[in-house]
Amino acid sequence: MTAQDKSCPEGMQGSPDAYQRKLALSDDILMKIEKPARYIGGEVNAVMKKKSEVDMRIAMCFPDVYEIGMSHLGIQILYDMFNRLDGVWCERVYSPWVDLDAVMRKEKIPLFTLESQEPVKNFDWLGITLQYEMCYTNILQILDLSGIPLLAKDRGEAFPIVIGGGPCAYNPEPIADFFDLFYIGEGETQYEALISLYRKCRRDKLGKKEFLRRAACISGIYVPAFYEVSYHEDGTIASFSPTEEKIPAVVVKEIEKEVSATYYPKKPLVPFMRITQDRVVLEIMRGCIRGCRFCQAGQIYRPVRERSLEMLKEYAVAMLQNTGQEEISLSSLSSSDYQKLPELIDFLIADCSKNHVNISLPSLRIDAFSLDVMRKVQDIKKTSLTFAPEAGSQRLRNVINKGLTEEDILQGAALAFEGGWTRVKLYFMLGLPTETEEDIRGIAKLSNQIAAVFFETVPKDKRINGKVQIVTSTSFFVPKPFTPFQWATQCTKEEYIEKAYLTRNAIKEQLNQKSIKYNWHEADTSVLEGVLARGDRRIAKVLLKVYEKGAIYDAWSEYFDNEKWLSAFSECGLDIAFYTTRERGLDEIFPWDFIDCGVSKEFLKREWQKAQKEEISDNCRKACQGCGISRFDCGVCVEEHFDEG
Amino acid sequence: MKIRIKFRKYGSLKYIGHLDVQRFFQKAVRRAGIDVAYTTGFSPHQIMSFAAPLGVGLESNGEYMDVEVNSFTSCEDIVNRLNQASVEGIEILSAVVLPKEAGNAMASVAAAGYSVRFREGREPAFDWRGQMAAFFARESIPFTKETKRGTAEINLKSGIFAFELQGDSIYMLLNASSAGNIKPQMVIEAFLAAYHDTLKENALMITREETYTNIGTQEAPELVPLAAVGLENVYA
Repeated sequence: MTAQDKSCPEGMQGSPDAYQRKLALSDDILMKIEKPARYIGGEVNAVMKKKSEVDMRIAMCFPDVYEIGMSHLGIQILYDMFNRLDGVWCERVYSPWVDLDAVMRKEKIPLFTLESQEPVKNFDWLGITLQYEMCYTNILQILDLSGIPLLAKDRGEAFPIVIGGGPCAYNPEPIADFFDLFYIGEGETQYEALISLYRKCRRDKLGKKEFLRRAACISGIYVPAFYEVSYHEDGTIASFSPTEEKIPAVVVKEIEKEVSATYYPKKPLVPFMRITQDRVVLEIMRGCIRGCRFCQAGQIYRPVRERSLEMLKEYAVAMLQNTGQEEISLSSLSSSDYQKLPELIDFLIADCSKNHVNISLPSLRIDAFSLDVMRKVQDIKKTSLTFAPEAGSQRLRNVINKGLTEEDILQGAALAFEGGWTRVKLYFMLGLPTETEEDIRGIAKLSNQIAAVFFETVPKDKRINGKVQIVTSTSFFVPKPFTPFQWATQCTKEEYIEKAYLTRNAIKEQLNQKSIKYNWHEADTSVLEGVLARGDRRIAKVLLKVYEKGAIYDAWSEYFDNEKWLSAFSECGLDIAFYTTRERGLDEIFPWDFIDCGVSKEFLKREWQKAQKEEISDNCRKACQGCGISRFDCGVCVEEHFDEG
Repeated sequence: MKIRIKFRKYGSLKYIGHLDVQRFFQKAVRRAGIDVAYTTGFSPHQIMSFAAPLGVGLESNGEYMDVEVNSFTSCEDIVNRLNQASVEGIEILSAVVLPKEAGNAMASVAAAGYSVRFREGREPAFDWRGQMAAFFARESIPFTKETKRGTAEINLKSGIFAFELQGDSIYMLLNASSAGNIKPQMVIEAFLAAYHDTLKENALMITREETYTNIGTQEAPELVPLAAVGLENVYA
């Protein structure tokens, strides 16, 4: 199969004879709420189909507000993929904002999809993408507003199959009770099989339970109802096993091996209103070769698979033509590691400049090459450069295996200042394993050194506004499943805050403190994010409880209410510390251990031990670390590169 | 060369604000492959101007925008291409080439015609049909306008050029220039206030029917649709 084969058939999208849609919300409601454009659908490249020509209705949900959900690439890929299938109509649904949420509850209006404006509860499937833990109460909001019972066990035949996917599905246990099944891994590979199975079971009237039983045998599919957990007295897991003989004990993640010949939207949706990522997104590769020890994406998306230059060129041109967007952004975890980046950028510059398209290049390592490229595609005066050292000292950067040295950063900064940039953003984490006060002070020192580099590099008469602006931001480290730090203890809220104060005070002591602005993240949400990230099935009752208390939009600081969460935990008799600050033994069974993400637990253990010894590991191209992913036999694991040294 | 494009905005797209309509057309002309001209400089943008902003909730049969192009084949071709690139809710009605001396769309606007209907059950309590002529004949039509610093009393009279019953709806022709713009709802509110009634919430359904420019003088105005100052059937 080539990329060509899977391009969208002509005439399927937005056919002119499509019936004039009746909106689910009345004019009175739409005129009363904020940003009604969130709920009307009908955007450019939205897919309309005739109901008589489809037998499978899928509602695809991003459980956050429209502007966030519409910015997400994964949904656009799946939306395009499902809608290419015969007889399948995939539509979108996002969380109603709090104003409409209240109206819908009061007037008992069922949640609807944007395309057909029909109630979600009448669909065959409701797919929910799980991108961050703090959206979990919004999942309950979606189910509740749809009129779908929150617990999977309470849902009869009439309700949609509720499916979860995305990075948080790698530890689905805290939300396992709410879902009929989870799809573990990349969506391109098994949905067709799952749809066929669903159609067969429906035709033969086998019922939901039998469908789920058979679905559980498809690679990558996890059906929580067919597994049971028992616990030791101390609360840790004693056993986790299937309840029926044919159900697999281990669920192996799915990956798309042929990333250059698979589904990718040539006609992405173009919203009417301004959204967070309002541009064409070209995903140039999956995975990351770097192996930073705190990073979940760096492990679960292994191995690195690059899309071919030819495919990217073809799609860039087609997507810009079909959307009319003014900007294209390259997406990957570490774009500098894409081997044909210079060729791709040359092509984009040549092709885009004649059409006045801007190119945005996030996640580039700052060096002579990237600065040269950025100078060509961006207005230096308007942009800032971003470094992500993540830790303040070389020692701690070795612990986390962030292969960025102080020399790299200072040299990069010097080049940037010579090139005319005056704004630099720095990202760090606080609360990393083994962190000391000295490491934290390192954040302030490094920020100061960068400011000093500016004053050394740029002569007085050439300083624009005479100043340099360093923005240093810290987030709090939250240990995540399937990382070498999954064994790490997490800080308490008090420890987090103390570290932030220490950072702030250390910055104030610096010579160039006036050039440095410091931002830090809220501590309460980080603690909870940690609980939900490494939580087990028992967390579901806390989620139910906190939702009952009115919690939604927890990812939004203005709606997050820590008190509700604390009381929900105590009412459920669960201890936050068990999930956060507790020391986890190397032999402990984790709630997510039944998932095989391709990287072995042995490898993660090795990396965890190397971290304590402050030893670094080479990246995948330099030397294979034997993580276990090579059995998938694709991407960087089969590249010929090991002779480069 | 400057092209004046007339379009209709209807259905669910009445919930899209003016800035979003601008953004929609910036992208639509690119999808349509129109050879639009850009400003020079580091961040070039399309040379495009919209006539009178339309409020959220209003439909329109007479919206205008001007776009500067480097080349084109025919006005008809532009209409076809833009309609192909458009969505349900925005329909391109015509395109004309503007003479060199024509002012831009926004500066040209003098007036706009609206048809206004009351939603069922939200009509005024008095015999509004019977009172329309008398109201329009008044010497002064006071309206209390809410401003940033409180309220201000203004007289709408000079800005209302027509106010009459057409079938089920009230037709009104109002000043829509940037200096003296009057919204149809203001007139209805003044009308109801004159008969000691108040407008119910979301009671009006408003369609802007046409946008006009003045080709006469200030003293003896001659209002024509914005498209009338351009030339049709022009081929490059």
